[in-house]
Parts: sequence; structure tokens; C-alpha cells
Amino acid sequence: MSAPAAAPAEAPARPVQVKLVLLGESAVGKSSVVLRFCQNDFQANKEPTIGAAFLTQRCRLEDKVIKFEIWDTAGQERFRSLSPMYYRNAQAAVVVYDVTKSASLEQAKTWVKELQRQANPNIVIALAGNKVDLVRPSSDSDEPSTPTSATSDDDEADDATATPEDDAAEGGDEEGAVAASESRRQVSREEAEEYAKECGLLFFETSAKTGEGVVEVFTEIAKKIPLDHILASTRGPGGAAGRGAGRGGPAAGGASVNLNEEESAKKDACAC
Amino acid sequence: MDEEYDFIILGTGLTECVLSGLLSVEGKKVLHMDRNDYYGAESASLNLTQLYKRFRNSEPPAELGRDRDYAVDLIPKFMMANGEMTRMLVHTDVTRYLEFKQIAGSYVLRDGRIAKVPSTEMEAVRSSLMGLFEKRRAKKFFEWVQNYREDDLATHQGVDLDKTPMKDVYYKFGLEAGTQDFIGHAMSLHLDDTYMTRPARETYDRIVLYTSSMARYGKSPYIYPLYGLGELPQGFARLSAIYGGTYMLDKPVEEIVYDDKGKFVGVKSGGETVKAAKVIGDPSYFSDESGKGKGEDKIFLEGRVVRAICILKHPIPNTDDSDSVQLIIPQNQVGRKHDIYIAEVSSTHNVCAKDVYIAMVSTVVETNDPEAELEPGLKLLGPIYDKFVEVAPIFSPASSGSYDNVFVTRSYDSTSHFETVCDDVKDVWRRAIGSELVLKKREDGEGIQEAA
Repeated sequence: MSAPAAAPAEAPARPVQVKLVLLGESAVGKSSVVLRFCQNDFQANKEPTIGAAFLTQRCRLEDKVIKFEIWDTAGQERFRSLSPMYYRNAQAAVVVYDVTKSASLEQAKTWVKELQRQANPNIVIALAGNKVDLVRPSSDSDEPSTPTSATSDDDEADDATATPEDDAAEGGDEEGAVAASESRRQVSREEAEEYAKECGLLFFETSAKTGEGVVEVFTEIAKKIPLDHILASTRGPGGAAGRGAGRGGPAAGGASVNLNEEESAKKDACAC
Repeated sequence: MDEEYDFIILGTGLTECVLSGLLSVEGKKVLHMDRNDYYGAESASLNLTQLYKRFRNSEPPAELGRDRDYAVDLIPKFMMANGEMTRMLVHTDVTRYLEFKQIAGSYVLRDGRIAKVPSTEMEAVRSSLMGLFEKRRAKKFFEWVQNYREDDLATHQGVDLDKTPMKDVYYKFGLEAGTQDFIGHAMSLHLDDTYMTRPARETYDRIVLYTSSMARYGKSPYIYPLYGLGELPQGFARLSAIYGGTYMLDKPVEEIVYDDKGKFVGVKSGGETVKAAKVIGDPSYFSDESGKGKGEDKIFLEGRVVRAICILKHPIPNTDDSDSVQLIIPQNQVGRKHDIYIAEVSSTHNVCAKDVYIAMVSTVVETNDPEAELEPGLKLLGPIYDKFVEVAPIFSPASSGSYDNVFVTRSYDSTSHFETVCDDVKDVWRRAIGSELVLKKREDGEGIQEAA
């Protein structure tokens, strides 16, 4: 977990680790958005999140590499039982709602309040209205995500561009395929955008199914995060990558201990 | 809520959360409930508002600083660096969610003076705790511990660990009472002297655990999670949730429902009864504070422990200004039957504001005036800014649960570490699952995608 003391010859693009938490009502597609971002994949009728709740993805921004450590709620949001540990030291949050369910925006608003109360005061919050594929005419669903020039997905050979989905696949919604039409929309873009502006949130409409808007969420977050600040604080003595970061400096006194050090060989592979 | 579960778990204390996590990984369907709106039950860490509300029903004084800077533990425990809790954390990969720091020093009271517990055998023989001749004898003792090989009789030097009582081992090496105190209490962390007449293996194992933990990071055998012990149950709860465990906080339990033969049926909450094959719960769900009330036949009162949470504006005097310490007052030093423990942490561990120190003094209750029993510990602390005293019952399960499918965990005892908590986890597992707990290393890496 903690970074190696100092890499002997530091590569110019040492990744900046950023903890990003997902929030939102159950079944709005939180995990699907991340799956799209990290693996460029989409699974229709995705089961509620089990067993995979901690994904990482790198993102290049100009001369820097950002390594997102993405935390999923693992269903603990269902009965409002998310633990404080979840928000702890998060530098970014993506609060997801479903554009076809107005109640999910209301829920998103309470999550934003919760973050503003509990989380790191400098946290960058993005609001994402997911499942826009459901409110588009079907002829329009060929819209690929458009990675900005600032982004390159260096984990996967295939760029983070949506591949055409199997037409039989359903629309990012456990309710099944429904004729896609604007009439399903319950949350207007304007309404959500205005709320986001008021609260100082980044705003996007996304489709985990087609990939629309997904990469942008993460790139815009990356641009807004004070990377130099995080980098500086994690380089300090005893600063652990990611977790200790963004708190205005390394925790005082003494380095953290790494319980996994006996398996250092294995760990080294992923400790950047 | 129509679903039926394999296990309902009541209370999100550390023991329950470890079990919940391990059971979910094993594929069991778990519903985990807590009457409080926060994680951790008795092993929670509270912020200032929660702390003052619990003990004073008042607001905290403004000068202590920001609420969010505080995470005050309710039970004083550290993790042995090489202990079983560490192993459970590493094997389950829960270490991913947590960060740990060392406890800076380990001290012991000897003849009214605070002395550093030597961190190695070498330090022990150089320490001021022993005279010259005693040092030679102690050196021989530690060499015996170090060289002991199970399969090499010559290294046993005539001691049968499973038969020879510890007092005979002390006698064999000619160790003085003070040295015995130091080995038995400061290193082996026995709470009283009953270990003397028991076979030496227990103490031998404890010395090995202490010295190997000490060897791991150097300053003390202890490590501690940043943001307080309450992070541990939260980490294991997340593990459980990732493997499908369902979490419900702020759920008062109205009734534990049994059939006409007294076997567990389900748990009633909010007027609804949720069914499960088995229930695991902390003792508070089976009694009121006195140990009476519904379900009192499920548990028995083993004893009581008294704890004083003290807020200090300075490190404990005579501990080299350490940011965190364990200080043990062996029973013999103050004419008691049980040791007094002091555990101190500070802003280094992100549990309080800068320049504030949280010290907890605790011991097993022996008299009708428990608070007075803490006095020898409290007076070592210097001026105390504020103090919260609590007497907590220690309950044990009254039965194995094999008949009624009710598996009660133990209360957190007065030991300074989590080894007995791990023993309890294994015990409940054995009773509830019917086989030994085998920790498997998680291979899935929790769906981690990593660039090489």
C-alpha cells in the first residue's frame, strides 16, 4: 500500500494515485460506468456488485499519469450503511443517477451533501446522469465515446472507444430492453446541470452501454484534481501513495508499516 | 426482506465483522445488522461529538478542535505485528483499505519507575532492569527460547513445554521475581500470575510472538491502524459486502425469534421477522447491561473490566515523549491480582487533534470501587484534561450453540492485543461451521486491473 521509499531512478511520468469513490442509488449503473472506463466492457443485466469492487485505471493527462483507484460501494449503499472508511481520503467522487428515474437524482443530491459533510473538503465531485442510451432514438446509438486528446488509455491496447454492442443486449437497465425514446427521460439535462453548477460539481450525461461520456467524466476529474499538491504530499517522508494524500501533507511522524512486505515481490508489481 | 439467509449477524464489532467477511468469502449468505447508526459496536472509534454524547450527554468543549479529527477507541487494544489479526488482514486483503503505524514504545513500571521494555534479547541483557548476574541468567534463558527446536531434544534442556510449569522453568534458570514479572507480564502479556503453574508452552509461545513482532518493525511489537481501531471492523465489513453480505445499520432488534423447541428462527426488526439458519451476535444482543433480560441463558458474566479514556495535552511523562506507548503496571508492583494497562495514541495515528494525546487506562475489576483501582495508572499520566470512565461486563457464551443455532461471541477482554479476539473468531467458526477455520489467501485480487 505504501509507496516504495523512493524509486532509484524516477521515471518522468510517475503515476499520481487518486482515490475515487462511486456513489448513487442501487441499480443506476455505478459499476457499469467503471467497467466501461476500466475494461471498455459492458454487461447487460449486470448482477449487483459482488466480488469486484476495487478497480484501477491509468489515465494520461499532458505529462502526468493518473492512476485512479476506484472504489465501488459493494452494495453497502442499499440500506445507507456505507462506512466512513469509504470516503476516507477520497480525492474524487462520481455520483451517479439514472436519467430515467427522477428519484435517483434526489438520492444523488443527498450523497453530494454527505460528501460535503464527511469527505475531504477539496474532493472533486462529478455528477453523472447515466443510461442516456435509453432516452435516445435507437438510430442514434452508434455514438462512440470521444476520448479527448488529453486521454490515452495505456492499460489496454484498444482505446477507450465503445465497440458496437450486441443489439440483443439490453439498455443498461435491469428492467430490460424498452423502445428507446426521449419519453423515458425523467430528469432533464438542464435541471441536473443547473443543480451541478449551483453545487460546483462537474456534470455529464453518460451511457455505460455505448460508452458515451464515460471517459470524459474521468478526464475532467483528472484535470480538476490538484495533482501537483498530491504528488508533493506523497513524496514527503512517510507519505503513503493515495491514502495519505490530499490531506494537506504527509501524516506526521514515522512511516507507515506495510503488512504485506513479506510478499513484496508480488506487491512491487502493482505498487507503481 | 423475504429472503432467507444462512447467517444473521448482530452487532458490527470486530469479531462479528471478521466472521461476516470470512463467511461471505466462503459463499454464505449473510445479513449483518447493528442497532447503532455507526460501524464497530464496542470496537468502534468515536468522534468528539459521539464521545461526549455517550459519556456526558453533552457537547464537546470547543477548544479540543474539530470533530472530524477525532477517532477515540472504546477498547484499548493494539495489534501484535506478527500476530493472528495481522495474518487475517493480510490473507483477506483487507490491508488494502487500511494503513498502519507502529506504536512507538513499550514500557513497564518497575519499583515505581517507568522503564523501557527491551526490544531484543540483546537489549534485555543491557537494560537497567537487571543486575549483572541476573543479566547472565536472563541471557541463558533467552538463548534457550531462541534455540529451542521441537524435534531436537538436546535444545530442550530438560524442559517439556507441555508438562513443565513455567515457574519451574524460571527456577531452572534461576531468574529473580522482578525478571519473572518482566517476562511474564511485559513480554508474555499475562494479565495475572496463574500462568506460573500452567505448562510453559503457552508462555513460550507468547515470548516468541512478542519477540518476532518486535523484530518486524523495531520500535515495539505493536502496530495500530490510522484513524483508530474502528477501521478494522469497517474493513472486514467491506470484505463481507464485496462478497454479497448485506449491511443494515441503525436497525433496532426487537426480538430474537425461537420456535417452540427453543431453536433459532429469525430476528424481528421493524415489525418484520427475517429468517436465517443461524445467528451470530455479540452478547449485548442477548442481555441488558446487567447480563439479565431476554436470552440471559445464552451468556454468562465472566468478570468486569474498568477503563478510563483520558484526554491529555502532553505525552505520558517519562516515556521519552513518545507519540504512542503501551505501559504495563504488573500486578505485583501495586499489590493487585491483575495488571493495569495504559495504551496511548495521538495525532500521529490520526485519532485526535495535534498536541492532544489519548491514553486509556484499564484493568480487570477486583473491588467494589473500580475507578480507584485505576489510580496507580492514572497518576502516571500527569494532568488529565478530561476523563471518561466505564465499567464493562465481560460475557462469554453459555453454550456452544449446536442445539439452538445461536452463536454468541465474547466481549472484548482486558488483554492489550487482538489475539483473544482471533481465538474467538476461530471458536465461533468451529461451533457454527463445524470445521476449523483455514485462512485462504485471496487470489482474485478483488478484481484488480493492473498494468505491469
